[in-house]
Amino acid sequence: MSAARKKHNTEDYLRMYKQMVRIRAFEDKANQLYLSAKMPGLTHMYSGQEAVAVGICEALTDEDRITSTHRGHGHCVAKGANFREMFCELLGKEEGYCRGKGGSMHIADQANGNLGANAIVGGSMGIATGAALSAKRLGKDFVTVCFFGDGATAQGLWYEVMNMAALWKLPVIYACENNGYSEYTKTDEIAAGSLVKRAEAFGIEAFQVDGQDVLAVNELTSRLAGRCRKGEGPFFIELDTYRYHGHHVGDINRDYYRTKEEEAEWKDIRDPITNFGKSLIDQKMFTAEELVAIDNDIAADAEAAVDYALKAPYPDGSEVDMHVFAGVDHALDYLRGAR
Amino acid sequence: MTREITLSKAVNEAIAEEMRRDPTIFLLGEDVAEAGTPFKVLSGLVEEFGTERIIDTPISEPGFMGMAVGAAMTGSRPIVDLMFGDFLYLVMDQLCNQAAKTHYMSGGKLKVPLVLRTNMGATRRSAAQHSQSLQAIVAHIPGLKVAMPSSAYEAKGLLKTAIRDDNPVVIFEDKLMYQDKAPVPEEEYLIPFGQANIKREGRDVTLVATSSMVQVAEEAAETLAREGISAEVIDPRTIVPLDEQTIIDSVRKTSRAIVIDEGHQSYGVTAEIAARISEKAFYHLDAPVIRMGAMDVPVPFSPALEDLTVPTSEGVAENARRICRGELVHAA
Ligand SMILES: Cc1ncc(C[n+]2csc(CCOP(=O)(O)OP(=O)(O)O)c2C)c(N)n1
Ligand SMILES: [Mg+2]
Repeated sequence: MSAARKKHNTEDYLRMYKQMVRIRAFEDKANQLYLSAKMPGLTHMYSGQEAVAVGICEALTDEDRITSTHRGHGHCVAKGANFREMFCELLGKEEGYCRGKGGSMHIADQANGNLGANAIVGGSMGIATGAALSAKRLGKDFVTVCFFGDGATAQGLWYEVMNMAALWKLPVIYACENNGYSEYTKTDEIAAGSLVKRAEAFGIEAFQVDGQDVLAVNELTSRLAGRCRKGEGPFFIELDTYRYHGHHVGDINRDYYRTKEEEAEWKDIRDPITNFGKSLIDQKMFTAEELVAIDNDIAADAEAAVDYALKAPYPDGSEVDMHVFAGVDHALDYLRGAR
Repeated sequence: MTREITLSKAVNEAIAEEMRRDPTIFLLGEDVAEAGTPFKVLSGLVEEFGTERIIDTPISEPGFMGMAVGAAMTGSRPIVDLMFGDFLYLVMDQLCNQAAKTHYMSGGKLKVPLVLRTNMGATRRSAAQHSQSLQAIVAHIPGLKVAMPSSAYEAKGLLKTAIRDDNPVVIFEDKLMYQDKAPVPEEEYLIPFGQANIKREGRDVTLVATSSMVQVAEEAAETLAREGISAEVIDPRTIVPLDEQTIIDSVRKTSRAIVIDEGHQSYGVTAEIAARISEKAFYHLDAPVIRMGAMDVPVPFSPALEDLTVPTSEGVAENARRICRGELVHAA
């Protein structure tokens, strides 16, 4: 790498590193909240997949849109969300991004172009493609990235919207995070043939990339987002990655569907944060001490946000029938015809 | 002989017994085989029946629902496992346009003997897309039968009847009740459709309740009994067909009725049953029939909000007191 390019990239690289560490820190805290019974319900951890969300979102502008999934905390952080509002949402507090109405599976920082995290597998494929249609019709140059898992490729909706996106050259990037599993089932038991070829069948340019390599993901996405803005979309990316935890935090005994050795191998050899950190040190951009200091700062931020969220108030009961309809304060009055 | 087993085990036994009896039965859904579903309801079935009959599918609900319809029309008796009731919206065309109408549209020549097992129930802190109770939507469609077991006993008996029925049947299990135990006979038994169960006899007010709301009604009846109000609790067990006679006979005796179901209140199961009572027992009523359903809002995540949206035994008891005192209660 040339000295000039290195200097230019230092800031970007630092941000990518930090964002990945922030995701990991958020998830570690979320897991602790679950284990100490302070979090209502369940949650699906993003740990292990950080390079996907960060590599992609760092290639996007604030105006660009994303749609997220049940495993969405990583997308949310990567698109620019704050810890405080995220932890508040996780705990069902008033200050959460969705005022406590969404919880873990629906956390989204709407102001940064996150169109929502979806608990229906594949449920956002239409939404993302519709956002791209809207961009084209309105003459806006935002790009939409549709995040989904390998399991979601089994939903027929995807094939309907890929067809239309290809016909109408829509600025949408379908980003399939192939973490090898859908719930407790291996991907090759639920997906016939090749995912890349499925997209290609619609004439969509499709790519496969190492989802543990944040720079590879970022470079590819930057290029494709640029081409989307020139009317050359849609695109498909399959990102090979791995989830470190169970399907959700309660999925502890998982030996029956995947081995501890497999988990250890991904963590030890292919961890996206460790490997990126090492390369930053090797290139003499940062020292090991500097990175540790960054990690510690972020951990402290997360800790402070959790403390804040634990003490934050729940929404008032009167909020229960608010936000059902736009333009209506309280749905129950409205449904009875009150004016 | 009777022993206590969980609702989960009751479902498991019903399927195993029927599959042993009839080789044309098979089951399909997501993570049903080795994983035995996320709720572990089907654990052990794949060991006995193999992956040819306990079939793991991709996440393709409309696809496998449609395949079940086709299989049912050609000599198989499929049981579809739909992981969450909320996913009914994905299978609506196959269920309502195809399965429900085939027998009618073929002039009675084609049959669709299939069972769709799914669940319902809020307060699990799972937010708006994993907490819905959508029985009213299915019950609205002619050609579908709908069962709502209120305990392990009903879960087993109704499911066995459903599997032997020659029509599409949708069964809603309350996902919060999977670990609840109830006495279930060792011997084989079936519960016929359209026969309500009088869970508790009473004179002053009739509480008609479905699924887990039967527990809520029984708790309310217990409280009311201590105050000298005698409540009768009726569990319809199937809402399609609905045992009108048992409900009407009860209301003729008590002159008051509250209907409780966890689906949204507006245009819901409670509305239908209340309307039938009003039509058929009007001159026996001393008070308007009260509906108690889930609040007409998407189910919120926050515990502080979610708990406000479902009927409670305190709410039922309070409404019962007020109509027994002669106060007019308008459905909230
Ligand atoms: C329509 C629908 N079907 C089933 C589910 C239950 N479910 C939640 S996550 C999941 C697996 C999704 O796998 P994948 O798309 O690979 O995402 P991952 O969990 O691996 O991130 C399933 C089956 C659901 N939420 N929505
Ligand atoms: Mg996956």
